[in-house]
Amino acid sequence: MKKKLKGWLYLLPAILFLSIFMIYPLIDVLIYSFEEGYNFASQTHNGIGLYNYSYVLHDTYFLQALKNTFILVIITVPLSTGTALLIAMALSSIKKLRELFQTVFFLPYVTNTLAVGLVFMILFKKTAYSDGMINLLIKLFGGEAVDFIDGPYWAKMLVLCIYTVWIVMPFKILILTGALASVKDDYYKAAKIDSTPAWRVFTRITLPMISPMIFYLVITGFIGAFKAYSDAVALFGTDLNVAGMNTIVGYIYDMLYGNSGGYPSYASAAALILFCIVLTITCINLMVSKKSVVKGV
Amino acid sequence: MKVVLDKLCKRFPNRDKKIKTEVIAVDNFTFEIPDGTLVGLLGPSGCGKSTTLNLISGLEKPTSGRVFFGDTDVTDMSPEDRCVGLVFQNYALYPHLTVRQNIMFPLQNFKGEKKLTKEVMFEKALEAAKLVQIDMLMERKPNELSGGQQQRVAIARALVKEPKVLLLDEPLSNLDARLRLQTREEIRRIQRETKVTTIFVTHDQEEAMSISDIIVVMKDGVVHQIGKPQDVYDDPINLFVAKFLGTPPINVFKGKVKNHMIYIGNSAILKADKIDDREVYVGIRPEGFVLNDEGELTLDLKGLEVMGRDTTIVSTHECCENVEIRSIVSAETVIYPNMEKVKFSVKPLKTFLFDAETGDRIYFGRQEKRTYEEA
Repeated sequence: MKKKLKGWLYLLPAILFLSIFMIYPLIDVLIYSFEEGYNFASQTHNGIGLYNYSYVLHDTYFLQALKNTFILVIITVPLSTGTALLIAMALSSIKKLRELFQTVFFLPYVTNTLAVGLVFMILFKKTAYSDGMINLLIKLFGGEAVDFIDGPYWAKMLVLCIYTVWIVMPFKILILTGALASVKDDYYKAAKIDSTPAWRVFTRITLPMISPMIFYLVITGFIGAFKAYSDAVALFGTDLNVAGMNTIVGYIYDMLYGNSGGYPSYASAAALILFCIVLTITCINLMVSKKSVVKGV
Repeated sequence: MKVVLDKLCKRFPNRDKKIKTEVIAVDNFTFEIPDGTLVGLLGPSGCGKSTTLNLISGLEKPTSGRVFFGDTDVTDMSPEDRCVGLVFQNYALYPHLTVRQNIMFPLQNFKGEKKLTKEVMFEKALEAAKLVQIDMLMERKPNELSGGQQQRVAIARALVKEPKVLLLDEPLSNLDARLRLQTREEIRRIQRETKVTTIFVTHDQEEAMSISDIIVVMKDGVVHQIGKPQDVYDDPINLFVAKFLGTPPINVFKGKVKNHMIYIGNSAILKADKIDDREVYVGIRPEGFVLNDEGELTLDLKGLEVMGRDTTIVSTHECCENVEIRSIVSAETVIYPNMEKVKFSVKPLKTFLFDAETGDRIYFGRQEKRTYEEA
């Protein structure tokens, strides 16, 4: 008995912190999301039900945010992981200047999101006075200038995707370079002795060997992309609904604090919907990875 | 396929970049390995034996010298084109592939005319697996196999493409003592069955002696002696080779030659005609001692080790370089452990003289220098 008490005592700090900052808010959000007509000022509500969910799911802004988020996830996660793998392979195959390149590729990771957003805006924006760098390039090749920041939807989405890929890649490159370095040289030597073509070495040896890391990156990439918000703010400002570039997290924020804010119930419902989506996707990911990831490497 | 190494040299730049001198891993290695033999490259770690293997496989390029397979000069060929089989020290089996897939891997790389159909590949893989007796484990993954089984898979994978030369890098060092004995017999058997020219690297002299047709003793990149195991043991060319081969190791005494007699301390043990007075090392194999009450050599008795078949007498002598002298006598010999001294005479053919400075062998009496070709 005494031993058991001792055990709980050791766990107490962690349990305390987790319950205050994790479990209580989680339960609170769940409760909020079912309280209909909740008034923030008087802390009252007029019933329990699914109205908040129904409202959110019929809100055009939320549907727009949902669409944006999904496009972002589907495009950026494979693209950034694939490109990071290519760059990591290139980095591990060079000897000279490797450290310089590694530093260069890692720079976006340590740069402030908003500062990067500003740079992207300058690159892509088109104003009455100037066309911006990218538009100048497009014109050079005979294209027509597009306003990527305030223009058509596809242009804005393109910038957001490029921006997201650019900002998440350094971490992936770092992880993959490490994973590639951990593949024992003997495997490559054995493959060489057996005159294995380079492509086969990549698909049959390298890729399976680093597959646990790739799946780690895909799963965290999915979660990260679903939670995207600051990237859109950095590019399009805080009024994302007007720009039509809102994300789910952005929608939640707007419902709480934005111009149309003050609705913690709607925000909670939206947050729980996001939670369910992320949970489902992650479970699918884990199921797929269990089948295809190599163990015991 | 015979393998010819012609004045093979390999130098590496020093790891410490401040030091300009290069590390000589293999120095002027010339040797013709006859077709179908099993050759053991033997030496202490860092002696260049693995580098030699890599030079033969093509994973390393020699600084100078040539490598021939048969009459073909393969020095400038990449490992892909040399058609060698290589078994790595840690086997390097692909962990995500089954035994069958591992063995089939080299076959799937065949291109052009050599390309095989799936059925043929299956058959060849099974054949190779049967040769090493793992055909009942084909669907397992490497981590579900024991060390010895993994070793067999590695050998099967190296053999399946019917290589011209089979190379084994420390093939037994990852196995426990019992498996090691078993596996080395297995390697011998597989080599006999396939008749493929095989070169293996080891630092374990017992391993090399027991299965090789020819052993090559190396130290610091230099080949010291090449020969049949028994010949090298019976007739070491210098002190290093004599010390390296044999368990228990050879007993080395500081001695001198005076008036054509070999002295250890004050006792003259053997005649050495035609040898001038000089300082020498005297090496006596453990089986070179004969208990004899009138023997010339008196040693301080320390104890006995009874092994059943024979008895090891452990003793000391002030001139001995080893901590203890071990001499093997037949088990019927009666020795009383409470004796303080034992007297021995020595067998002339089990006693070797070495120059005190260079360690080179000095031949005396009926001993004669033999070269590998004569033997």
